[in-house]
Amino acid sequence: MKEILELFWIFAKIGSMTFGGGYAMLPFLQRELIEKRGWVTDEEIADYYAIGQCTPGIIAVNTATFVGYKRKGIPGAIMATLGMVFPSLVIITIIAAFISNFSDLPVVRNAFAGVRACVCVLVLNAVIKLWKSSIKDKAGFILFALIFLAAVFTNVSTVILVVAAGIAGLIIGTVRKGKAK
Amino acid sequence: MIFLKLFYEFFKVGLFSVGGGLATIPFLEEMAQRTGWFSVGQLADMIAISESTPGPIGVNMATYVGFTTAGVLGSLVATLGLITPSVIVILIIIQILNRFRESGAVQSVFTGLRPASLALICAAGISLVKVSLLNLDLWKESGAILDLLNWKCILLAVAVYFLIKKFKGHPGIYLGASAVLGIVFKLGA
Repeated sequence: MKEILELFWIFAKIGSMTFGGGYAMLPFLQRELIEKRGWVTDEEIADYYAIGQCTPGIIAVNTATFVGYKRKGIPGAIMATLGMVFPSLVIITIIAAFISNFSDLPVVRNAFAGVRACVCVLVLNAVIKLWKSSIKDKAGFILFALIFLAAVFTNVSTVILVVAAGIAGLIIGTVRKGKAK
Repeated sequence: MIFLKLFYEFFKVGLFSVGGGLATIPFLEEMAQRTGWFSVGQLADMIAISESTPGPIGVNMATYVGFTTAGVLGSLVATLGLITPSVIVILIIIQILNRFRESGAVQSVFTGLRPASLALICAAGISLVKVSLLNLDLWKESGAILDLLNWKCILLAVAVYFLIKKFKGHPGIYLGASAVLGIVFKLGA
């Protein structure tokens, strides 16, 4: 029971510091789950993100469900997910109820510009940390480069990119096994 | 019954929007026109607020729309509707993965997925840099390369980078400090 409440609390903390999409959550996941608690590995986080990108739903929620389930089964999955959305519910409800021109307020615009610049750096650091566990050889690097270019310069859906990468992994694995024999 | 309808509408959004919060926007536009719960103009405000507050954008949007439509209970119901498909789908995927984890084929698929996952995070980072460290609009108007760079924000980012390198600490501290500096130096102006 204690750990289930802890899951709620950790994900509420992560949810309250995530500005932007699921990628902005990555630095906090690494800090709270990998470095502080050792609950998941870098590889697992990369896997959760890959699956989150090509399945329905919000990536942040998908990741919370994965981690919660790994720790405490279905109750853990539900509590982690509820924790993730809890800060949004409170903050947005307050803003919606009381502040009609929230995003036009100069103080909000200025604070948010600072936050965004900081998130750029946090995401960069998170990527550097993930690099070692995600890209292990030349084939992995080529795959990374191709998907990155496609994601930045074309409009191909991320679902297609992720599925294509999975198939590429399968082919590379099969070829290697053939060579090893 | 407004609550059932809210749950059902957001359940559909959660089920069909693949790849993060911004993917929900086309569905919400369609919802605005079909249900009349909120206008497309209101939607633009909601997007701006969802992006500049903590929390996943998709969840923020659901909370906002739910609240505008049916108050506090509405925000709760809409958000639960949005996340229910995610939870169910992921729980199913976990069961499948647990069964086939040892299979060499699944392992191979994941060695392909990890670089892709990282690439997509990097691509998201690039779009973030575009809006936060560059002035693309200003540059298009003047054509001067000096206008392209948002100097104050770049300076802040570089400072944060070196401070984290030296002192480490919780990323939330840097986030809070950056917000304060943003206000002091009027970075959003």
